[in-house]
Amino acid sequence: MRRKLTPYLLALPGWAWLALFFVVPLAGMISLSLTSGNVITGFTQTFNVGNYVEAITTYSEQLVRSLLYGLGATLICVAIGYPAAYWIAFHGGKHKSTYLLLILLPFFVSFVLRTISWKFTLSDNGVVLGTLKTIGLLPADFSVLNTAPAVVLGLAYNFLPFMVLPIYAVLERMDHRVVEAAHDLYASKLQAFLRVVLPISLPGVFAGGLMTFIPTTADYVNASVLGGPGNTMIGSIIKTQYLVNNDYPIAAAITFVLMAVLLIGIFSYARALGTERVMEVQAK
Amino acid sequence: MTSGLDTPTKAPAEVRAPTRPRRRVDWGKWFTWGVLAWLFAPITFMIAFSFNDIQGRHNVTWEGFTLKWYGQAFDHADLTQALLYTLAIGVLTMLIAGTIGSLLGLALGRHRFRGQGTTNLVMFAAICAPEVVLGAALLSLFLLVGIATGFVAILLAHVMFTVSFVAITVRARVITLDPNLEEAARDLGAGAWTTFRLVTLPMLLPAIMAGGLLAFALSIDDYIITSFVAGEVTTFPLWIWGATRVGIPPQVNVMGTLIFGVGVTLAIINVVVAKRRRS
Amino acid sequence: MRTNTLLRGMTQARYGRRDMLKLSAMAAAGLGLSACGVSGQKQEAVAADDFWQGKKETGSLRFANWPLYIDSKRTQLKQFTKETGIKVDYREDVQDIAAFAGKLQPQLANGDSTGYDMFVLTNGIELARFLALGYLAPLDHGRMPNFTDNVGDAYRNNSYDPGNKHTAPYASGITGIAYNPKYVDREITSIADLWDPKFKGKVGMMSDPQEIANFGLLLNGVNPAESTESDWQAAAEKLKQQRDDGIVRSYYAQDFVQPLTNGDVWLSMAWSGDIYQQNAEAGTDLKFVVPEEGATIWTDVMCVPTTSEAPVDALKLIDFLYRPEIAAGLTEYITYITPVPEAQEVLREQAQQASGGKREDLERLVESPLVFPAEEDYARLHNYVALEPGQEKSFTSKFHAVTQA
Repeated sequence: MRRKLTPYLLALPGWAWLALFFVVPLAGMISLSLTSGNVITGFTQTFNVGNYVEAITTYSEQLVRSLLYGLGATLICVAIGYPAAYWIAFHGGKHKSTYLLLILLPFFVSFVLRTISWKFTLSDNGVVLGTLKTIGLLPADFSVLNTAPAVVLGLAYNFLPFMVLPIYAVLERMDHRVVEAAHDLYASKLQAFLRVVLPISLPGVFAGGLMTFIPTTADYVNASVLGGPGNTMIGSIIKTQYLVNNDYPIAAAITFVLMAVLLIGIFSYARALGTERVMEVQAK
Repeated sequence: MTSGLDTPTKAPAEVRAPTRPRRRVDWGKWFTWGVLAWLFAPITFMIAFSFNDIQGRHNVTWEGFTLKWYGQAFDHADLTQALLYTLAIGVLTMLIAGTIGSLLGLALGRHRFRGQGTTNLVMFAAICAPEVVLGAALLSLFLLVGIATGFVAILLAHVMFTVSFVAITVRARVITLDPNLEEAARDLGAGAWTTFRLVTLPMLLPAIMAGGLLAFALSIDDYIITSFVAGEVTTFPLWIWGATRVGIPPQVNVMGTLIFGVGVTLAIINVVVAKRRRS
Repeated sequence: MRTNTLLRGMTQARYGRRDMLKLSAMAAAGLGLSACGVSGQKQEAVAADDFWQGKKETGSLRFANWPLYIDSKRTQLKQFTKETGIKVDYREDVQDIAAFAGKLQPQLANGDSTGYDMFVLTNGIELARFLALGYLAPLDHGRMPNFTDNVGDAYRNNSYDPGNKHTAPYASGITGIAYNPKYVDREITSIADLWDPKFKGKVGMMSDPQEIANFGLLLNGVNPAESTESDWQAAAEKLKQQRDDGIVRSYYAQDFVQPLTNGDVWLSMAWSGDIYQQNAEAGTDLKFVVPEEGATIWTDVMCVPTTSEAPVDALKLIDFLYRPEIAAGLTEYITYITPVPEAQEVLREQAQQASGGKREDLERLVESPLVFPAEEDYARLHNYVALEPGQEKSFTSKFHAVTQA
C-alpha cells in the first residue's frame, strides 16, 4: 500500500503548484474574459462574448503582425542556427563543448539589458552605423532602429540558442557512419545531406522551431525597445490593457485568442511535419 | 549549465570522414565565428560602456575611460535594492522549484501512476506557453481571488514557470539510472530511505543541481511574467526597463558585467572539471 | 542553459486524447471555481477629520516622483531630513502617468499599500479617476501653513481639484517642441514643422494620449479645452497621416531626450524643463520653442493615497516644499513653473549676490517666460482636454490607435 502511494506523494507538491498557479489561472483568465464592466463599477460575470469580437476586430492587425514577426525570427534562427549547429556537431572536434558554451554565454546577461544594448549599438550615429557612415559604406540618412527589421533581428538574436541547442543535440547523437554509408552508396554530399542528415535532424528543427516561434510571437520587449510606430506587437497590447488601462475582460480575451492561435499553429505544424513522431526526439 | 555541455563519449571521432588533403576555406568555421561575433556585439558594448566617464544622465556616447563606476557600483540605493530582490527571489525559486521539481521528476521517471500523462502534458504546456500568457493568467487569478501582487506573487510565479524545467531535467537522469545499483543496496540490507539517501540521491545530485541552477538563471532573467505580478516590487530587470526612460546609469552596465563575469567563470570551471573527469 | 537532457526529456512524452479530456475537465472545474467577477474598486470617501484622527509621524516616507524633478543630490530632501528627522525614500518611478496609475489601481482598490506614502500625478485623466474613486486622502490644510501662505492664486482656483482638497501642486510645465540644431538647419516655429516630410523618420511624438491629442487638435486650430468627439477623430486622423507618411520615428513616454541628443530624432514634442536640464548637465545645445499654434500647460500635483503608511510625514514634506527658499532651490534645478510665486524674488536676490556665470544663469532663469510666465504668455497655453467621466475610453482608444498600431 505504501509503495503504491509513493509516486503520488512525490508528485503532489509539484503537481499542486502547477495546478494552482498554471491551470487554474488559465481558467480564471477565460472566466475574466467573459465579464463586463469597468474598473470603477467592477467586473461581473455576464458571459459576454462581445469581448472576443472587440478584441479580434480591434487588434487583428497586431496579432497578424506578431505571428509574421515570430515566423520571420524563427526562419532567421533556422537559417543561422542550423549551419552553426551542423558545423559544431560535425566539425567542432574536441572544442565542441567550448563552442556550445560560447553560444550560451551572452545569456548570462539579462534579456532586457541585452536588448537595450542593441538599441544603443544600432543608434543612427552610434558605434556601428556612425562608423559605417563615416567611411562611406552607408548613406548618411540610413537607419535601422525603430523599424520592423530591427525588431525581427532582435527577436532572432534573443532566441537563437533555443534553435541551435535542439538541432545540435540531434546531430550530435546521430551515428556518423550513416553518412559514410550514404557516401559508399555513391550519394553526393548534397544528396547525403538532403536524404540522410536532414530527415534525421528534423525533430531537432521542430523542437527548436517551437521554442523559438512561441516566445518570439508573444514577446513585446524587442518591439518596445527596437521598434517604431507600426511595430507594436500583441504582447504589448495585452500588457497595456492589463496594467495601464485596467480593461481586464478585453485583455484576457486578447490573451486567450493569442493562446488559441498559437495552439492551432503548433498542431498544424506538427501534423505537417509528421505529427507525433516529431514530438519525440529520440534520446538514443 | 552542467550536464548538458558534456560531450557524450560515444561520438566516434575515429570513424569521421577522412581529412581532406587539399586546404580549403572552412566556410563553416567562418560562419560560426560570424554568428558568435553577432551574439557578442551588444555584450561587448555593455562591458565597454561600464568604463565610460559620462557627465550627464545618458550613457550613450564614449566620453573617456574610468573605473569610478565600479567603486560606486552600489550608489543607487534603489538599484541595489532591486538587485537584492532579484537575487532573493532567484535563490528561493531555486530552492523551492529545485525541491518540488526534483520530487516530481523522480515520480515521473521512476514510477507509473495514474495521471502521469496529464502531468506530462501540463508540464509541456507550462514550458511552451508564452510568458505573456502565464503572466496575464496569474494576474487574472490574483485579481479574481483578491491576492495582492508583490514579492510573494513573484515567487509563486517564478516557481510555477521553472518547476517543469527542473522536473524534466531530473526525470531524464532518473530514466538513465541503473536500477541494479539500488537493488544491490537493498540486497545488502539497506532500507528504502537509506537506499535513497546513500545511493539514489548522490546519483541524482548533478541533475538536481543543474535543474536548480537553471531555475535560478530563468528566475533572475525574467522580465515579462514578473512585470505582470510585481505590484510595488521592482526587480533588477524591471528597474533597468524603467531606467531606459531617463538614461541607464553606468552602474547597470557594471552589474551586468559582474553577473556576466560570474557566469563565465562558473561555466569555464564546469568545462574544465568535466574535461578532467573524463580524461 | 537549456540542456541536452532537458530537451531529451521534454520531447519524449506522448499525449493522447484522454489526457486532453482530463485536462479540459480540470480546467472546467477551475472555471466553475472562478466564475465570479472582480469587485468594484471605489473606496468610500473619508472626511478630513476622520482620516487624520490618530495618525502619527513615523519618521520615514516613500515618495514617487517623475525623474529629473529634483537634483541628483536630493538637496531639498536632505535638508528636510536634517530638520525633521524624517527619512525620505525617493524614487523616480513615475515615468508614464498612465502606466504608473494603472500599476497602483488594483492595490488602491484593494485598500492595500502601494509602496508609496505620497506621489506625484499630472492633472489629467488618471488624477480625475483617482479623485472620483476616493483613492486620495483629503489634505489637512491646518497642518500646511506654508502652503496656505505661499501658494500662487492661479493654483488656488484650479479646475481639476477646486480648493486643493486632495492635491498640492509640485510644478507646472509646458509641452512644446525641442530640436537639435546640429541636424535641423532652420528655426522651428510651429507644430506644422512636425509634419514636414523633410524630417521624415526624424520626428519624435509623445505616447501619452492627452499630450499627443493636444498637438493634433492645435494643428487643426481647435482649442483642446473646447474640443468635441468629432474634433478628436479629426485630430487622430491627422496624427495617423503623420505616422503613415513615415515622419514619426517613435512615440516616447519620457525618453525623448536621449534620442534628441544623439541624433536619432531631430525634433520632438518635449517638456521644457527636461531640455534645459539636459543642456545644463551634458552641455548640449538643444532648443525649446512654444509653437505659434499654441502649446499645453499642465500641473503635476502631490497627493497622499488613503493607504499611505506615513501620511503625517507626507504632509510635512508637502508643506516644507512650499517655503519660498526651498521652492526657489527646486526651481533652479528643475526649471519648471513653481506654484510659489515668491520663489522668483528669492532667485532674483540670489542672482544679485552671485557673480559670473552663475549670476547669468540665475538671471536668465528669473526672466524666462517659460519658468515665470507673464499673464499674456498664458494666452498661448492651453489646458488638457477636459473629459466627462464616460468619455475616457472613447478618447484614449482614438489616440492609442495612433500610438500603438
